Amino acid sequence: MDNQPPVHSYLREPSGLKSWLLTRDHKRIGVLYLIGIMTAFVIGGVLALMIRLELLRPGPTLFTPDTYNKIFTLHGAVMIFLFIIPSIPAALGNFVLPLLIGAKDVAFPRLNLASWYIYVVGTVVALYSIFAGAVDTGWTFYTPYSTQSTTTVTAMTLGAFILGFSSILTGLNFIVTVHKLRAPGMTWFRMPLMVWALYATAVIQILATPVLGITLVLLILERLFGIGIFDPAMGGDPVLYQHFFWFYSHPAVYIMILPGMGIISELISTFSRKTIFGYRFIAFSSVAIALLGFLVWGHHMFVSGQSELASMVFSALTFLVAIPSGIKIFNWLATMYKGQISFTTPMLYALSFLCTFTVGGLTGIFLGTLSVDVHLHDTYFVVAHFHYVMVGGTVMALLGGVHYWWPKMFGRMYSEFWGRIAAIIIFVGFNLTFFPQFVLGSQGMPRRYFDYIPEYHSLHATSTVGSWVMTIGFLIMAAYLIRSFSHGAIPGDNPWGSLSLEWTTTSPPPTENFAVTPQITHGPYDYDQMTAASTLARHGTGAR
Amino acid sequence: MSVAADHPAFLQHHFADPRQQHESAKLGMWLFLVTEILLFGGLFCAYAVYRAWYPEMFYNAHKALDVLMGGINTVVLITSSVTMALAIRSLQRDRRRPAVGLLLATLLLASVFLVIKYFEYSHKIHLGQLPGKYYHFTGVPGTNPHIFFSIYFMMTGLHGLHVLVGMGVIGWVMVRTARGAYSHVYYTPVELAGLYWHLVDMIWIFLFPLLYLIG
Repeated sequence: MDNQPPVHSYLREPSGLKSWLLTRDHKRIGVLYLIGIMTAFVIGGVLALMIRLELLRPGPTLFTPDTYNKIFTLHGAVMIFLFIIPSIPAALGNFVLPLLIGAKDVAFPRLNLASWYIYVVGTVVALYSIFAGAVDTGWTFYTPYSTQSTTTVTAMTLGAFILGFSSILTGLNFIVTVHKLRAPGMTWFRMPLMVWALYATAVIQILATPVLGITLVLLILERLFGIGIFDPAMGGDPVLYQHFFWFYSHPAVYIMILPGMGIISELISTFSRKTIFGYRFIAFSSVAIALLGFLVWGHHMFVSGQSELASMVFSALTFLVAIPSGIKIFNWLATMYKGQISFTTPMLYALSFLCTFTVGGLTGIFLGTLSVDVHLHDTYFVVAHFHYVMVGGTVMALLGGVHYWWPKMFGRMYSEFWGRIAAIIIFVGFNLTFFPQFVLGSQGMPRRYFDYIPEYHSLHATSTVGSWVMTIGFLIMAAYLIRSFSHGAIPGDNPWGSLSLEWTTTSPPPTENFAVTPQITHGPYDYDQMTAASTLARHGTGAR
Repeated sequence: MSVAADHPAFLQHHFADPRQQHESAKLGMWLFLVTEILLFGGLFCAYAVYRAWYPEMFYNAHKALDVLMGGINTVVLITSSVTMALAIRSLQRDRRRPAVGLLLATLLLASVFLVIKYFEYSHKIHLGQLPGKYYHFTGVPGTNPHIFFSIYFMMTGLHGLHVLVGMGVIGWVMVRTARGAYSHVYYTPVELAGLYWHLVDMIWIFLFPLLYLIG
């Protein structure tokens, strides 16, 4: 039995560390990003465990309040800027986008490599900030506190500024790639929905990120030169900072979730073996979410002192986002209806996503409602809500995508048994961690507090235990994924029997992706027309 | 440069033909210019907010700016955009030497802009018309005049930084042009440098009236 992946693959040719560090191959850059974001995820995850450990019981447990402020700030900043924003677009997106549209590479390979190095530089600057004393402002760096804090806010915001460039360049590259490099026959409506999602994400990346960039520059100048723009003592306006910040950071929420939704579309269709229901609706809903995402930033500021009229308008606009999100959810459910669902590891993550993202989305409506938000503002309800969206949404989708494309990326199969076990443990641990926080928040537990009254103890303790359960799941996952490199079965080109383009090339693909430029004659989800014996036969070998 | 019929040297391997490469590069540049406008957009936004809050202070403070110097600089930059466009036109006609000359003219005009800017800045620094907490000029009536100068220095400073970057880019394509890297077949980098330079010019055309003229 042949126990080695194909010799001619992007992983082996050319060889040597230098060939990786100077690569212009989008697949290798995707892998480099994957290493980067996973490192960031581990750092952010350890910080999260420290937060939960402090909150295990009331009163001081491990840290001083100052240290606690720094830990939750770093957890937020590392997870948002270093992990979740680059996670799906830069790591998985880089790997799959050209494969999905039949291109040899992204439009600007050198720029792509540059954006990875910019990511590394930004990460180094941000980590420097951690070791030079860390930041205690919260990841939002709200003025006027952030201009006065004696911690290393300048270095951290500079790091975020640099990371922004990386994000912009990736988005720019993707838009041009989708417009100009599609293979012959790949019309816009034959593109996999993952491509639509990455495209919509890229639009947000290039339209929102520059505004965050200039905002962080203003914050740095305020700290260094006291320009007075955000300082009320000098006639400035700290609320202006919040407007600028959320003009980026609310769309950034969709940078996090839209590519995840793209992955889910791929997974649900593939593992239900059905044509995706409402292809165009899902495609356009991605674009609609991207555009609406720019109109709702004020819902973060209902209690900031902006005008009541503005708050009402932002509240109403916020509700609109529920429409395209609902369209997606219902279309995925309709796709699964009467499908031949196989409960593989990626599909388990997709189903987890459907549950947790729906909870996250619906609780978003609570928070978008002006009157309710005044009560829930800055409580654990908000913490639970955005963890359901970011972890329950994005991370579940990321894990689903990583497992789905793992055989394509590395030419190895992981242990399906342990994969399913880990997926279930992570799902249980996740809900155990964050669901109690909805209750805590509605009972009035404020976010970012290092201490609490004894009445909240049992819920906090449950949440902390949940975080350990989730960690066990992640550790199992790390173990079987690392093991797959040496012991994993050779999956063949198309272990899932999928119809999208990336599965027509070898696993792992050669440097140029396809031996010959593919000619696209059908859509990526035409399972109904193409229940060919070949795809079903192949399917039998992959999913045990 | 070898220009083989099916695979010219400038064509990168992942593009099917020169036209696809050219169009991709141009689209990429336009998208980049959009991000530049949004970067300045934050500052324009801050300008609008504080102008609405302190209209009289803005009126009084703007009189400290030298309209003559700003005006000359506007003419200088617009002229440099013209020389840049003519340089591209020359390359399209394979007239390389005039192209190098016109790029050099663009560079010189850009440095004239910066020299004038230097005189403006040093005059303001001398008078203490500085941003934020360093402001110690007493001649502007109204509350918080330092905010006007904060915005002035940030907008013109960021713009000046773009001029410097533009000069670097233009210098680079000028050297490459002199070495014969471009012809009517392939001149994409020069065209992209031109697009960038026009944006730098255009942003100044907005800054000048907003800061110097509107009373």
